[in-house]
Amino acid sequence: MINTKDFVLTMNGISKTFPGVNALENVEFSLKRGEIHALIGENGAGKSTLIKVLTGVEHPEAGSIEFDGKTVEVKSPQHAQEIGISTVYQEVNLCTNISVAENIMLGHEPHRFGSIDWKQLNAYARTALQRLSVEIDVSQPLGNYSIAIQQMVAIARSLEITSAKILILDEPTSSLDVTEANRLFDLMQKLKGEGIGIIFITHFLDQVYQVSDRITVLRNGKLVGTYATASLPRIELIAKMLGRSITDLDEVSKAKFTGEHKEGKKRLLEARGLGRAGSLEPFDIELYANEVVGIAGLLGSGRTEMANLIFGIDTPDKGSLTLNDRKVNHFSPLESLKNGIALCPEDRKAEGVVGELTIRENIILALQARFGWFKFLQTQKQYEIAEKYIRLLGISTPSPDQLVKNLSGGNQQKVILARWLATNPQVLILDEPTRGIDVGAKAEIQKLVLDLAEEGKSCVFISSELEEVLRTSHRVIVLRDHKKAAEYSGDVNDQTIIQTMAGNL
Amino acid sequence: MKNNVPLLKRIRENRLFWPLVALALILIIDAIFAPGFFKIGILDGHLYGNLIDVFNNSAPLMLVAIGMTLVIATGGVDLSVGAVIAISAAMGAVLINPALGNILITNDILTKDATNTPLWIIVLADLLAGTLCGLWNGWLVSRGKIQPMVATLILMVAGRGIAQLITNGQIMTIYYTPYFFFGNGFILGIPVSIYIVAVVFLFAWVLVRKTSIGLFIEAVGINAKSTYYSGISEKNIKLFVYTFCGFCAAIAGLILSSYVHSADGNNNGLNYELDAILAVVIGGTLMTGGRFSLFASVIGALIIWTFTITMYTFGVPANALLAGRAVLVLVVILLYSDYARRFLNKILDRKGSQHGTAN
Repeated sequence: MINTKDFVLTMNGISKTFPGVNALENVEFSLKRGEIHALIGENGAGKSTLIKVLTGVEHPEAGSIEFDGKTVEVKSPQHAQEIGISTVYQEVNLCTNISVAENIMLGHEPHRFGSIDWKQLNAYARTALQRLSVEIDVSQPLGNYSIAIQQMVAIARSLEITSAKILILDEPTSSLDVTEANRLFDLMQKLKGEGIGIIFITHFLDQVYQVSDRITVLRNGKLVGTYATASLPRIELIAKMLGRSITDLDEVSKAKFTGEHKEGKKRLLEARGLGRAGSLEPFDIELYANEVVGIAGLLGSGRTEMANLIFGIDTPDKGSLTLNDRKVNHFSPLESLKNGIALCPEDRKAEGVVGELTIRENIILALQARFGWFKFLQTQKQYEIAEKYIRLLGISTPSPDQLVKNLSGGNQQKVILARWLATNPQVLILDEPTRGIDVGAKAEIQKLVLDLAEEGKSCVFISSELEEVLRTSHRVIVLRDHKKAAEYSGDVNDQTIIQTMAGNL
Repeated sequence: MKNNVPLLKRIRENRLFWPLVALALILIIDAIFAPGFFKIGILDGHLYGNLIDVFNNSAPLMLVAIGMTLVIATGGVDLSVGAVIAISAAMGAVLINPALGNILITNDILTKDATNTPLWIIVLADLLAGTLCGLWNGWLVSRGKIQPMVATLILMVAGRGIAQLITNGQIMTIYYTPYFFFGNGFILGIPVSIYIVAVVFLFAWVLVRKTSIGLFIEAVGINAKSTYYSGISEKNIKLFVYTFCGFCAAIAGLILSSYVHSADGNNNGLNYELDAILAVVIGGTLMTGGRFSLFASVIGALIIWTFTITMYTFGVPANALLAGRAVLVLVVILLYSDYARRFLNKILDRKGSQHGTAN
């Protein structure tokens, strides 16, 4: 055993159970002083539960936490902060309408003659940020700065109000671009140099290899292992995360090419000059059975708008839409549902799942909507449908009566998919179906989309990950500035698409 | 999986548990301190006693609470039910009046049971007026996209004015015995109002649990956007619940005006909106919408009236009644806070596990 003084944190045999869903089982975790330690695992692997235990949000049923040489029991998030465990969450939880300095010093303002000493406050805040090599005007409202800066302010705050010994960064880079992320990494290196232990949670494996010293992998609430980053090849890391061999991942690409294009394929949907002012300029699109059409484009290029126009969330003011050679006259989700068009929306939480309802109720929702108010599915029939899709899509849950909000992101996505598959649609539009989902579930969903196309459905696959679009699609439509820019066959190379997205082609 | 949960815990997690505990508590206090409370006698072939009073008095509130439950489950609220009660009452009184309210009939020209309108038209007009009010609310909320509190506030204020317009600004006394049947009549010794509540409750229950409407209402209350994306017309669901709530309030107005033999635009159904909301909240339906239980709301209404009658029995002066009610509200809200729940659950869990080891 290495000298225990090197370790700022040792968690031993941590166990935690929740009703049915997530659990930690006898997990070990240790963090050295001056170390960046990546915590990796699929959604639902237990990363967030482990962090919640460490920050006092949840209390473990078994196990001990040794922090800074002493055994501690973290009582609450506030207690965690007091003893020196600071957390910066994915969403910056600061107030954007007050100044940077106020944000940093909130609750710890220096006073002079009974009122706040603003000069001193700004000076403190400036010093705190200088420590992180951030030079900004601290008297400006926080909202004036980019998310990256806001994140750094959040870090500055967590370091300022306590002398943090551990800094937990929970998916800090998910809303940052490359340069911003690099800036954050520089900062992490700096803090590491000061002897702070950093726990870094991310889905981006590139970044894990860029900054971390060690990696701990969790799977299904159990510890897979802790490894030195330098000695763990990436492919092995993925295999450890998924707990299966790498060959499974290649299946997706294979599946696509077995689905050879048949001659005389059936045209299901056709849009001519379909458009809506302020949303998307008129475009043409044809969708055929047995194929996947990918939609690529930068954020804000009109991907979601296209999906919403076809599905009838927005009513087009130009052009026509025909389905099976029948013109669509009314545009609404209900009408689309009856016409056999389905949409898995981009924002899973706000537009997709109904969190407080059970999996069963979520799955039958669209089918029941088609049947109307008075043709109510018998409870037994509901269970049959729900169980069928839980099995078919591999939704991991102890029972169809589980509330959907308790599921992981990937499983929630599958529930929405099940909801639409239950209505047996002809055209299935998937808007960012793999966003925020771990590698394993991503591959599963991609494969599922190809299988559905194989069965005769027409799928539209929208994603901001170009590689994913190319992997799954037989045809690719590129959008740029709310316009359809080009259409390619599926074997197009990614450079052509990037050039089109950038407007060079 | 299911069977691992202790029985005590499963009972406790049932949404009817806390309302029934609250009701039982009040009844236990009555049993100890007011020995006559449970006495039920027979007078002229009718049952009478405190418990019968509780049921009879709470009937209008139960009806309004049934409608209000559905509205609240969609994430809305209906503040106009009190005013709708007044409109419905006024409608009945005016139609019963032989001169249709144009002349105030004084006692000396009063002919007993004189009316030119058949009873079924009176009842139908009552219900129609209230249902139209509900339709109006539903239209404002679902089509006009006005916040439910603001939309129904319009009718809450204007409704009492409308009621007074209907009755020409008079408090109209009703002299028509057949009409009194709804509020004062008995069938097989049991008050008619209880039968009416039972029928409406059964109707509402079948409507929400044997069709998909209940599921849609809950889905709209939890996440209206997802529900819309799933092809459900949230507009029609909202229109329906407000209309139904108006219908329930109209029946309550019918019973109330029949019970007090008069229609008073200013006082019929006063504060019923707040009592109904309280009944729903006591029943455990969240004000933010979602899961609901009609039966729990009915129990909620029963709790409010049991408490009120209890205070009467204890001789609490009328002007202290509201203060007493405030205490009830306070206790309920505290009991329902997450903190109190956790605290109670902890105590009960510990007891449960001790039992477990003892066995």
